[in-house]
Amino acid sequence: MVSKSGRTLLNLASLNRVISKRAFSNSKTLAAKQMTVRDALNSALDEEMTRDEKVFILGEEVAQYDGAYKVTRGLWKKYGDKRVIDTPITEMGFAGIATGAAMAGLRPVCEFMTFNFAMQAIDQIINSAAKTFYMSAGRVNVPIVFRGPNGAAAGVAAQHSQCYGAWYAHCPGLKVVSPYNSEDAKGLLKSAIRDPDPVVCLENEILYGVQYPMSDEALSSDFLLPIGKAKIERPGKHITLVAHSKAVETCLDAAKELAGKGIEAEVINLRSLRPIDIDTITKSVVKTNHLVSVEQGWPTCGIGAEILARLMESEVFYHLDQPAVRITGADVPMPYTQSLEVAALPRPADVVDAVKRLLKVK
Amino acid sequence: MLPACVRSICKKSIPANKALGLIARNGSGHTVGETQFETQPFKLHKLDEGPSTHVTLTRDEALNMYTQMHTIRRMETSAGNLYKEKIVRGFCHLYSGQEAVAVGIKHALRPHDAVITAYRAHGWTHIMGVPPFEVLSELTGRRTGCARGKGGSMHMYCKNFYGGNGIVGAQVPLGVGIALAAQYKGTDGVCVTLYGDGAANQGQVFEVYNMAKLWDVPCIFVCENNGYGMGTSSVRSSASTDYYTRGDYVPGIWVDGMDVLAVRQAARLAVNYCASGKGPIVIEVQTYRYSGHSMSDPGTSYRTREEVQEVRQTRDPITSFKEKIISHNLVTADEIKEIDAKIRTEVDEATKKAKAEKEIGIDELPADIYANNLEGDIRGVSIFQPLKHKRIGPAVNV
Repeated sequence: MVSKSGRTLLNLASLNRVISKRAFSNSKTLAAKQMTVRDALNSALDEEMTRDEKVFILGEEVAQYDGAYKVTRGLWKKYGDKRVIDTPITEMGFAGIATGAAMAGLRPVCEFMTFNFAMQAIDQIINSAAKTFYMSAGRVNVPIVFRGPNGAAAGVAAQHSQCYGAWYAHCPGLKVVSPYNSEDAKGLLKSAIRDPDPVVCLENEILYGVQYPMSDEALSSDFLLPIGKAKIERPGKHITLVAHSKAVETCLDAAKELAGKGIEAEVINLRSLRPIDIDTITKSVVKTNHLVSVEQGWPTCGIGAEILARLMESEVFYHLDQPAVRITGADVPMPYTQSLEVAALPRPADVVDAVKRLLKVK
Repeated sequence: MLPACVRSICKKSIPANKALGLIARNGSGHTVGETQFETQPFKLHKLDEGPSTHVTLTRDEALNMYTQMHTIRRMETSAGNLYKEKIVRGFCHLYSGQEAVAVGIKHALRPHDAVITAYRAHGWTHIMGVPPFEVLSELTGRRTGCARGKGGSMHMYCKNFYGGNGIVGAQVPLGVGIALAAQYKGTDGVCVTLYGDGAANQGQVFEVYNMAKLWDVPCIFVCENNGYGMGTSSVRSSASTDYYTRGDYVPGIWVDGMDVLAVRQAARLAVNYCASGKGPIVIEVQTYRYSGHSMSDPGTSYRTREEVQEVRQTRDPITSFKEKIISHNLVTADEIKEIDAKIRTEVDEATKKAKAEKEIGIDELPADIYANNLEGDIRGVSIFQPLKHKRIGPAVNV
């Protein structure tokens, strides 16, 4: 698994373990090709750099070290110094440089070693990247991608365990995607790179090394996923579970457990946080009449809060048989203490518990 | 400003041999009470006079410094092992190789001086007063840790020590703020603000060089140049690697960070300088880290194993200091052996205990979010799981 530091440098040995595991799985008779989220992101970057000369990557350790999490592995060797640029540890500076380059017509992919460090640069992301198109009355659009791992990793304490989904989704002018699995990661990142506006791509560190099936379509270099469209990961009729990133997995696990009790939960993978696909949620809730939102971020002004508010503002409100509820990260900074860390994040049991309360089953 | 009283600290400290329970030798040991050394020359930036290269070292100081450096080394070795055993989780940045920086500076500080550093914080935490057991317990995430296991590797604190910080460069403005508080309160205290060669490029560092100079804030900026900011060598990250000059209008000193006595000399001058109201100063300490940037980095893809070996063999701060103090008869080889054995036992026992201790209870998940909580219950992962806020720590500024 990925471990990291105040800054992160991934142990190659552990990466190799992941790789050899994948090779092992492939040797079995699997229908779809398996791919890690890391490799899916890598192929998205590779394909888009091949496709468009204007696409380049900059960030800390992205080139010679192959990326702190190895997402950019091999790209510096393939594309060279001009297009894969190692920066000093100076987020505000290089995020601004990337934004300026986008204002002048390039298509930068600005990697943050983690989004925790993007807080050093958030002024450039919001004040420069997100608002320039509007301020210039539609003259200067800013086609840039800010990407990197987001959310809680394991055992890295308060300054490195935080979901920025709600922070960026709050801002008009930004688009925000939050991929869950490998197909999401590849399709959304490619769309983000081609998008004419600034896109924040929130990846999940813990999922980087996890393999997911890739359809033939997803393996193609034309594969794109639309920004702003959710995906129903699992259909169901009794209750809607809506989540993004790693919380999708929490919901799928909960849904599996609920199925054993005769409850069919519909699991929606948001994929995008801005725009948020309220139509898909609406249709689902009209069918199930119950909603639980699940996320790893904090509750206050969070993604779940936004979804619940939008339902409250619409006709869907009348389709709810019970108040919708949020499952979120606990409203505390993340402790290093292992047992407390576990309790600070939503688990499938928390989702199951909430569902049973709403459906009044024991 | 008040005049500095820089050199009183060593006299006041407990004699190391007493603290260690060692019996002073007579007869075959033939130790002397103090002796003189020459350090390497310093490099100066906008300073008329640098630290003297002529150093007097007493036997007690020698024993103390050796003990402190060796304790850090043992503690870090133990921390690395705990990480490999997966008992330390997440981050673990070791200080091995850089011990002379913390120890040398600490020996120039007075009780009311403060320190803040980055995420490579274990050594400093110990030097500022936390026993190895509490550092190691923090690393294992147990209740006996100096932050009750809630902070982990990068977030340890004690009196006059404002922590590690996990965000590169972020501690530098904080350090200037701590120094500003000393100036504001009218003490002659200084704040030692440490950052690496990687962080030296952060914009906020330059912002606070300016304000510190503008307002004569008593901040000692210490750039621990270990040659690599994560996996990037300093020449690949910095347009100028003369970090001691990069404060421009802030004077600077370059010092060999592998020589604890040289570091102490530079720090003494800096404390004097800041405490006498002349404003901030930069010290660049040229040092080296033996481990990777963190435990997850093998540290071999951007430098050679030979390079690491060579530093260990020719410039190790502990070995070289040991040889120096033995050859000058400040201590005997037997005494060193005794100290080593004692430290080994102490750190091994601390490690064992740090593994065996319990974590804090789940009731502490919502503890100490606020010094004065106005929110009533704290929300857990759902509305169905409210948590009770409670206060545990001393809240020193209430």
